[in-house]
Amino acid sequence: MIAYIVRRILYAIPILLGVNLITFALFFFVNSPDDMARIHLGVKRVTPEAIAKWKEDRGFTRPLLYNAAAQGTAKLKDTIFYQHSLRLFVFEFGRAEDNRDIGREIAERMWPSLAIALPTFLVGVLVYITFALLLAFFRGTYLDTWGVVLCVAMMSVSVLFYVIGGQYLMSKLWHLVPISGYDDTGLLAFKFLTLPVVVGVVGSIGANARLYRSFFLEEIGKDYVRTARAKGLSEPRVLFQHVLKNAMIPILTGVVVVIPSLFIGSLIFESFFGIPGLGSYTIDAIHSQDFFVVRAMVFLGSVLYIVGLILTDISYTLVDPRVRLE
Amino acid sequence: MPFQPVFLWTDVLIYVLLAAAAGFGVYAARHEHLRAPWRQIARRPLAMVALVALAAYVAAGLLDSVHFRERLANGGDQYSAEVLSLLDKLAAPLRSRVEKTYSAPFAAHAYTKETVEYPDGRRVRAYPRLVHGGAHLKDPDERGADIGKRAALATAAGGLVWLALVAAFVALRRVPGEAYAAAARRLARGADPIPWRAILVTAGVLIVLAANAGYLSLYYHILGTDQVGLDVFYKSLKSVRTGLVIGTLTTLVMLPFAVLFGVMAGYFRGWVDDVIQYVYTTLSSIPSVLLIAAAILSLQVYMANHPEVFDNVAARADVRLLFLCVILGVTSWTSLCRLLRGETLKLREADYVQAAQALGASHLAVMARHVLPNIMHIVLITVVLDFSGLVLAEAVLSYVGVGVDPTTESWGNMINGARLEMAREPMVWWSLTAAFGFMFVLVLAANLFSDAVRDAFDPRLRR
Repeated sequence: MIAYIVRRILYAIPILLGVNLITFALFFFVNSPDDMARIHLGVKRVTPEAIAKWKEDRGFTRPLLYNAAAQGTAKLKDTIFYQHSLRLFVFEFGRAEDNRDIGREIAERMWPSLAIALPTFLVGVLVYITFALLLAFFRGTYLDTWGVVLCVAMMSVSVLFYVIGGQYLMSKLWHLVPISGYDDTGLLAFKFLTLPVVVGVVGSIGANARLYRSFFLEEIGKDYVRTARAKGLSEPRVLFQHVLKNAMIPILTGVVVVIPSLFIGSLIFESFFGIPGLGSYTIDAIHSQDFFVVRAMVFLGSVLYIVGLILTDISYTLVDPRVRLE
Repeated sequence: MPFQPVFLWTDVLIYVLLAAAAGFGVYAARHEHLRAPWRQIARRPLAMVALVALAAYVAAGLLDSVHFRERLANGGDQYSAEVLSLLDKLAAPLRSRVEKTYSAPFAAHAYTKETVEYPDGRRVRAYPRLVHGGAHLKDPDERGADIGKRAALATAAGGLVWLALVAAFVALRRVPGEAYAAAARRLARGADPIPWRAILVTAGVLIVLAANAGYLSLYYHILGTDQVGLDVFYKSLKSVRTGLVIGTLTTLVMLPFAVLFGVMAGYFRGWVDDVIQYVYTTLSSIPSVLLIAAAILSLQVYMANHPEVFDNVAARADVRLLFLCVILGVTSWTSLCRLLRGETLKLREADYVQAAQALGASHLAVMARHVLPNIMHIVLITVVLDFSGLVLAEAVLSYVGVGVDPTTESWGNMINGARLEMAREPMVWWSLTAAFGFMFVLVLAANLFSDAVRDAFDPRLRR
């Protein structure tokens, strides 16, 4: 098991290197540093001196991949790729356009992100499983049919609609909670977080409840369920004790992969609800065309996704004794 | 020539896609094993209703995909810089009747107060009359009666067209010697294996709606106007094409890669498999929104620095739309590729593949002849299932600011533009409602249809 995990972590290195190369190519080959300087300094009326200074400040006067002028290992080290992209591996993200340290921003902003993503995730999983179980319990009846139709209809609504509709109903019409904002102290935090969490959960009920329902139905068709019924167990007991346990395997493994990514939060929700997390940080960076922040977030997102994949594999062995990691 | 045809990149790809779909249709019609699942789909009322609705969207999208530039009235062989489409031509009254700013659906007065000068010299702060909406009325209070009258007229006209359609259909379906009344009763009972009744009713609803919308929008702004006074109904119609392009071209762009790499990885295994797996694992490990953001940012910088590459605004917006499709394709081909690799791994051990190899068939022949046809159902299911998600993704991406060009009409841009309208008093709700409504119907129809396709083509679900 330990050997397996170590191997998986080693496998992650070439993948992250690939991610780095992709962002490097996007930001430095498609557009030269000169182009970027021009964008940030204003496309027209920009002097060559200003561009040179901009590049000098950021160390972009180095060659991209190979420095023929340098000596020894500096041939590779004294390049933009080494100095800027490979530093990401030790989580040195550098500085944003406004000269703030990206690493420190990330460390500060991931907590608000987590504060909304984690409750949404936990409440969501509970609600989806409950709904799916209800649908599975009433399978084949009108309740099930119309429940599935409702799920499909809810899936077809844009997430933006849930956000805007939720803000309108709960804040403007009923005055239950503030429209947006964030505070991390006690009751106030709860007030601010309620709306995004509710909207986040309701917005994805359709897709998830339908998916989980299909997991349950698949299990219900199996032999051990027939045996349980033949023993004379009541339908709720069959459903809760036997089916639920086994259907948790596909549910859990699908859910574990997103857990690490909860840190980076959601772009849409954080910008709509004014949460100062990593999602709104990314949106701000996109709007101000701050490549370094976007690149740092791409790298961080990939790292967290890979961690999620490793956790998924481990969780397989925990919930399903048939699986052994070699 | 009175006009000069313009072929935008996405137009050309749409034509290619149409040709491919028609080719597939002809091919499927000739092969029983492909016809059977389609027949199964054709028998599901819900799927066919969805298909009729989809067809209406596709028709609007196709009309909007034939572009040209008109010859200028005065200047010899000079053509206008503005690129128009057939839809623009058809909806010319909608396009040209621009108000000053917001106005509610069916309103005769503007949304904001202005200083109005009366003929006798008085100046009053009041809601001015709209230039076009309800301008034919002397007294705007008669609006209700006027709308009712015109709606009844349009409904009657639409109903007549529909009745003619039904009559033609009955005449066509009549068994020789059968009375027309009997054939009509057969249809009304809904006894056919293909749910013609449901199809015709849906078509009737759509025809009546279209007649109403078309006729009433000559006199009113039926969905109101936006901040710069453009008709919201026209904007929603124009957005149909953007939604369809994102939903279909993305998969068209990604398909060749996904199929080629997936089959190669599964068939050759070894180092080919390793390389392909590495590529798609790397791509899929980047959160897709962030990869799209990174790519679009690069494109923006490129476009700002190379304005000479694009000869007009439409071409520029079009390239951005196409690029968005490509980058969405890059982020979404990986899952299909993984599925195809797995299926090919299974297929290459099948007896008939082994037999073909033993008989000396080349790798290419085995892959094209024996592997490819047996994975096409996965491709089809993925393409159809992905469509609705992509349409929804466009709205989110445009909202984030990494979607289509701000000058492109799209539901995402409409929603993005309407962001602050909800906070106004009284609320400006119509742009949002129109965008969400149009998007919802399209996505719902696509979801219902794709469910039927999956049920019919997925062998695991086949009963």
